[in-house]
Amino acid sequence: MANDILLDVEALSKSFGGVQAVVGVAFTLSRGDVLGIIGPNGAGKTTLINLLTGFVKPDRGRVVYKGHDITGMAPNRIANLGIARTFQIIRPYHSLPAYKNLILPLNSPRIKKSPEGRLGDLDSVAIDILEEIGFERDARVPYKLAGSLPLGYQKKLELARCIALKPEIILCDEVFSGLSMAEITSMIPLLEKMIMEGMTLIMVEHRLRELFRVANRVLVMNFGCKIAEGHPQETMARDDVKAAYIGGGTRR
Amino acid sequence: MAAQDRRKKRLDRSIKVRSEGLYSLSSWREMTYLLAPRLLLIGGLLVSPLLLDLYWQKVLCAAGIMAVLAMGFDFLAAYVGLVCLGGAMFIGFGGYAAGLLNAHLGLPPLLTIPLAAVIGACVSTVVLMPCLRLRGVYFAIVTFMLPLFATHIIIALELFGSTEGITGLDILPNPWWEQYVIVLTLLCVLFALRRLVTEDVGLIMMGIKDNDQAVLASGISIFKYRVLAVFVAALTGCFVGAYQAHLYGWLGLSLFAMDFSILPIAATVMGGMGTLSGAVIGALILTPLSEALRGFGQLRVVLYCSILLLFILYKPEGLMNYFERKYHQFERWEKV
Repeated sequence: MANDILLDVEALSKSFGGVQAVVGVAFTLSRGDVLGIIGPNGAGKTTLINLLTGFVKPDRGRVVYKGHDITGMAPNRIANLGIARTFQIIRPYHSLPAYKNLILPLNSPRIKKSPEGRLGDLDSVAIDILEEIGFERDARVPYKLAGSLPLGYQKKLELARCIALKPEIILCDEVFSGLSMAEITSMIPLLEKMIMEGMTLIMVEHRLRELFRVANRVLVMNFGCKIAEGHPQETMARDDVKAAYIGGGTRR
Repeated sequence: MAAQDRRKKRLDRSIKVRSEGLYSLSSWREMTYLLAPRLLLIGGLLVSPLLLDLYWQKVLCAAGIMAVLAMGFDFLAAYVGLVCLGGAMFIGFGGYAAGLLNAHLGLPPLLTIPLAAVIGACVSTVVLMPCLRLRGVYFAIVTFMLPLFATHIIIALELFGSTEGITGLDILPNPWWEQYVIVLTLLCVLFALRRLVTEDVGLIMMGIKDNDQAVLASGISIFKYRVLAVFVAALTGCFVGAYQAHLYGWLGLSLFAMDFSILPIAATVMGGMGTLSGAVIGALILTPLSEALRGFGQLRVVLYCSILLLFILYKPEGLMNYFERKYHQFERWEKV
């Protein structure tokens, strides 16, 4: 299964006006991989996620998913192919109860066309997914308005919305950011469980220690370029990576 | 008792009664509690044509038209996030379609009205399609301009009788038809829209309003659902537009009058955004009020605007939300 390549990214570039946000980034992702994307602020990590999911159209380069070119496709079509994402700035449907938030992905063509999509009551499917993702402690929580939930739950809701889409790859854009240590520790087992079940993940993250508990590979970005890729600890030991992270970089 | 010795205690009625229809079947009291306000509106609308004189019957028809437009506005604004000032466009397209079908093909009103509703809705949807990417005030501006645009095209190209319009269209068989068509339309649209927004389709639309990016990330095309929503609103608007053409037996440029875009907003604000039934109540109050104030001439507009202003300032939640809240509460004075 090691050669089962899900995502092949070739020389992806994007500039906004004069700013080159992403410059010639290339990598491949195999089934079951957990790739961490790290780098200082403004390194182009979120733009890379937006490029992969179609929210931003690339200037150059190609994204190939399971042999199909998906470069520049509409975001909803990419999501339907099985690439789900979370947002760095969480985007719940404030005026809907938490479990109703999942009704939207459950109504997507991807789920409707799948054999199990037509079965059962969507509300109970939604509650089941929420329970799986850790909403079980207080039975009333899923029925509260999504906008009124604490941040930890809202971040989990973002993940739940991805899971409801039954995706092949989930792109997590800083799921740990803004969470307390306790909330992060409750989040990690969920990710580990998803990885155990064979989910392929791309995680953009600033919390390196927590990231390295789950990631098996990291990609380091700086000023839009990929500067290193490989095993987490080995990559972090490299001088150029340290320089990019700690700053300076000119000192030898 | 002195004022400081007592306070008002408010208790909400159990949520089970309010939200679970099945539970209310358990007793006549709960059923009456839930059904009474609904029956009041339905019954009131069905009976009113029998009680009113000829003049006020016509006012009822006009109020009904406004109510349907207001519901369409409320639906698009509060549930889909599209602030649509295109009420005049819906009335215009529906009215012209019905009038032309009647004048040129000689179809009877009972056939032209539904036909014109569908034709008008299709045309409106196609016209609005390129604007659906716009949001908030930008969409509002475009939809506000489209009726003006249509008016000037008709004048410039001297289409459909140009400024004169076409007179002598067939009118509805008798006054009962006139009133019951609009009253039944109003009730059907009200309950159909209320149902629609609680279905999954309605949830997706509310999701689009809350966060369109997240809807895209869930693999759902926001364009498709916006088109659907606009079509639904246009269908109701064009239906009453066609009805209006046959009500007065006449079509002309005043079908594109700004009133049809502005009054529904006033009605919705007064009744309460996002309630749908509030929009109906607002229209049923404002239209007769505007008739009753006719004696004041131009001052009428001032009074009218003041009422609207007072509502926006002091009761922004609207009548419906206010009364609904009060209806679900028990209140009593309590000794401190």
